[in-house]
Amino acid sequence: MTHILSVIIFLPLVAAIALAFLPRLPAKAIKYSATAIALAVLAMSLHLFANFDRSLSGMQFEVINPWIPALSANYHLGVDGISLPLVVLTALLGLVSMLISWKIETRIREFFIWLLVLESSILGVFCSLNLLLFFIFWEIEVIPVYFLISIWGSGSKRNSAMKYVLFTLAGSALMLAGIVCTYYVTGSLEMYVLEPGNGMGSIAMVPVMSSVPIFFMFLAGFAVKLPVVPLHSWQPDTYSDAPIAVNILLSGALAKMGAYGIIRICISLFPQSSQRYAPIMLTLAVIGIIYGGILALRQTHLKRLIAYSSMSHMGFVLLGIFALGQTSMVGASLQMVSHGLITALLFITAGIVIEKTDKPAIASMGGLARQMPATATFFVLAGLGALGLPATSGFAAEFTTLLGSFSSTVVDSAQWFTAVALLGVLLSAVYILWTIQRVFYGPALSGFDNVRDAGKLERFYCGLLVIIIFVIGICPTILTSVIQNSVTGIVSWMGG
Amino acid sequence: MNLDLLRPEICLAVTAVVVIAVDLLCRHKWLVTVVSIAGLLASAGLALSLSGGASQSIGNGLFALDAYAIYFKFLFLGITLLAILASVDYVNRLPKLNGEFHALVLTAALGAMLTAAAQDIISIFLSIELTAISLYALVAMLKNSKSSESAVKYILLGAVNSAILLFGLALVFGFSGATSLHGIWQAVHSIRPENIAENAGFLLGSALTLSGLAFKIAAVPFHMWAPDVYEGSPTPITLFLSTVSKLAGFSILARFVIMTMSFQSDALSNTFGITLAVISAASMTAGNLLAIKQHSIKRLLAYSSIAQSGYMLMLIATAPINSSPSTDGYGYSLLCYMIAFALAELAVFTVIIIASKHADHDTTDDYAGLAKRSPLLACAMTLGLLSLMGMPPLVGFLGKFCVFIEVAQHGLVWLVIIAVVNSVISAYYYLKIIRTIWMEAPASTDNIKSSIAPKLVLLVSCFGLLLFCVLPMLLIKYFEWLGLHY
Repeated sequence: MTHILSVIIFLPLVAAIALAFLPRLPAKAIKYSATAIALAVLAMSLHLFANFDRSLSGMQFEVINPWIPALSANYHLGVDGISLPLVVLTALLGLVSMLISWKIETRIREFFIWLLVLESSILGVFCSLNLLLFFIFWEIEVIPVYFLISIWGSGSKRNSAMKYVLFTLAGSALMLAGIVCTYYVTGSLEMYVLEPGNGMGSIAMVPVMSSVPIFFMFLAGFAVKLPVVPLHSWQPDTYSDAPIAVNILLSGALAKMGAYGIIRICISLFPQSSQRYAPIMLTLAVIGIIYGGILALRQTHLKRLIAYSSMSHMGFVLLGIFALGQTSMVGASLQMVSHGLITALLFITAGIVIEKTDKPAIASMGGLARQMPATATFFVLAGLGALGLPATSGFAAEFTTLLGSFSSTVVDSAQWFTAVALLGVLLSAVYILWTIQRVFYGPALSGFDNVRDAGKLERFYCGLLVIIIFVIGICPTILTSVIQNSVTGIVSWMGG
Repeated sequence: MNLDLLRPEICLAVTAVVVIAVDLLCRHKWLVTVVSIAGLLASAGLALSLSGGASQSIGNGLFALDAYAIYFKFLFLGITLLAILASVDYVNRLPKLNGEFHALVLTAALGAMLTAAAQDIISIFLSIELTAISLYALVAMLKNSKSSESAVKYILLGAVNSAILLFGLALVFGFSGATSLHGIWQAVHSIRPENIAENAGFLLGSALTLSGLAFKIAAVPFHMWAPDVYEGSPTPITLFLSTVSKLAGFSILARFVIMTMSFQSDALSNTFGITLAVISAASMTAGNLLAIKQHSIKRLLAYSSIAQSGYMLMLIATAPINSSPSTDGYGYSLLCYMIAFALAELAVFTVIIIASKHADHDTTDDYAGLAKRSPLLACAMTLGLLSLMGMPPLVGFLGKFCVFIEVAQHGLVWLVIIAVVNSVISAYYYLKIIRTIWMEAPASTDNIKSSIAPKLVLLVSCFGLLLFCVLPMLLIKYFEWLGLHY
């Protein structure tokens, strides 16, 4: 199974092409086959997870084939401890989003084709070890998201979709310029050649004058995706108008592409620049945490509230990354997975509530725990995870991140940033608990008498996510043992 | 004179004459198409028999037979073949003009092939005029007011442009004493940097020549004709104008710039390089910004094509910074980009040829809901537009990427950044069309009928767009086989 990564990445794509060309399939066949593909991808990624050698820090399951030799562009795939959990997370969320989309009734075939293409491209980003290949997967993702939001979304879906595309393309255009400049100054597109440990070919050998602009070009591309504060304005609109299945992939997997790119490219290839500009990024991270939290408090629509809460929690990822310490970066990686699971669960339950009551505004809800007890339970559990209750993955991740950033010796005054970030935890407790109270408790409203609770299928995948959230929360070493060694390799270049 | 080395061109000229004869003498009009296609294939076969050898010159250096020329012979023959196939239905609707259409398209292609091979200012001018005059007649083919208007615009501006080009070439000859590009290079090379001011005539001549060629590729500020002519021409001719005619302009512009302006990087060549870079930046920016406001799809594509000229010009701007005067050493990127551009234009314009009932006023709204009426057309149009936009995994992305890399390597990083920003601007209007195609309610419910030939063109171009990005080695192997060296 040397090509297992290629199979994982391209299976959904091949399935999408097959779906596009097969003659009129019944809707059920499309839904079942797409789900089966997602299940197969998940199974294979779990196989990787089981067979991953936790004692090594380098890449595993590598595949390398020449592609355009003149540009040193190779078809080079591999996973390490940082990307593997994200591959599994994407595969899991891919499956969940397929299951959620069984409800779709319009243009079913197209919907599942785009969803499969999207899954392929996200998996490709996490596995690519060549800058050109990375960029290609990064860019492909835009098209399915554009179609998914503007056809199956709600509200002013077309404007939101266009906004998303233009923001993303602007970021990736800068990234493309960064890749071109990288090739110009080093003559290579291979990530392992560009790493500081590699002596001559690495970017570390390039004069600071030219490496700093390149660092920022890459950073801009990733910051749009994450999103980092001044570049976040696409996010609430996109999240509130996207269909739930896309919300899950956007917040759960696509946002992680930004964070992953920062670790894999900005930090790994440009350790000196990262260290020099870390205070700026930490400031932005803290602003994101606090600002996202405050805006979440003021939202009147359930999905927009979750969007801002997601932004606030991604701030912790950025904080952990740019604190540049061993523990903080492990925490950030853990937070990526945990945030993916928790935000997905929040979006799913919010989606169920909005679908059954047909009202997106928080003010018009109330007392729903009576009509939909199962949904309320899931939402409460996800909310407790988001506010960092011990025994949930949210606690393990945020605690490790904050502990790591507080004790980081690489960046000066990381303690102060951590102290301010702690306010974000407090804020999230306030808006989560307040939302639970406004939506699910209080007097029962007569208009909701006929509202039905989550169905069997919905309970199944919500339950699945809850179990994983608690398993990781109780026993985080499942993930940290994988992450640990790879982070050590990256942090060692920091000299801290 | 070793005329046998011009076999492909002679074959094409004979075919054009035979086409007219068949049109006069034979009642079966489909025979005209068959003869043209047979002629193109025969010409390609003859070009094949010439390829792979060492570079030679034909007719005392009038024309060159090098890998670069052969690349363009195949490119133009291929595009012409596909364009004729794509317009089968369209031409059948104009039975009286069947013969003229094919004969003139063949002579235009002949002119383009000669242009790419020309390396003497006399042959350059004659070849360019051969293409241009054929196209003047073709633009006017429909004989309605719109078509005639654009033909008059095209002829008048084209005539002025020919005068400018001729004047420029004459000045270049006058001040260098040579008509061959190599002779001009030698003359230029002997000018010392400090004496450059005394050769103002040569500088003026070069500048006028470049303006004349810039008109052919519709680069800003010589682009004004393009939107009107593209809109008014019969769509197959628009396709021809935007591919064969434009790429022929590029082939000679690149050869002229490389062979006469590679001055071992002194102040003069840098000045020319920077001038071209500015024209390139202006073309892509103006093209993309003006395209946003367009409602007519052909006008929009005209502006998009101006922007595309800007991307291709980026590379030519780096040429004066190169040192050796040989087209062989030229990077693959421009040639790769040309193939990507031609495939994308073929896909998009073939869709327009098939879908448009009223050839002269097509708004983008007429394509609303095309996906429901014909998924094949919608897919082809989407792939073509995405490739023009530079979206992976289509060959347009790869072309752009290679161009950016090569331009950055020559130190024009600022130009790369402008180009990258421009790709984002262009995404807006390309995606707007794609959105109209896939998400609006259909503009009408009639089925879109077409014969098999145009569909074949769509399949070929879409397949090419995907294939060459996934397996770029195919293109590189092809270039190596032609004898182009990286």
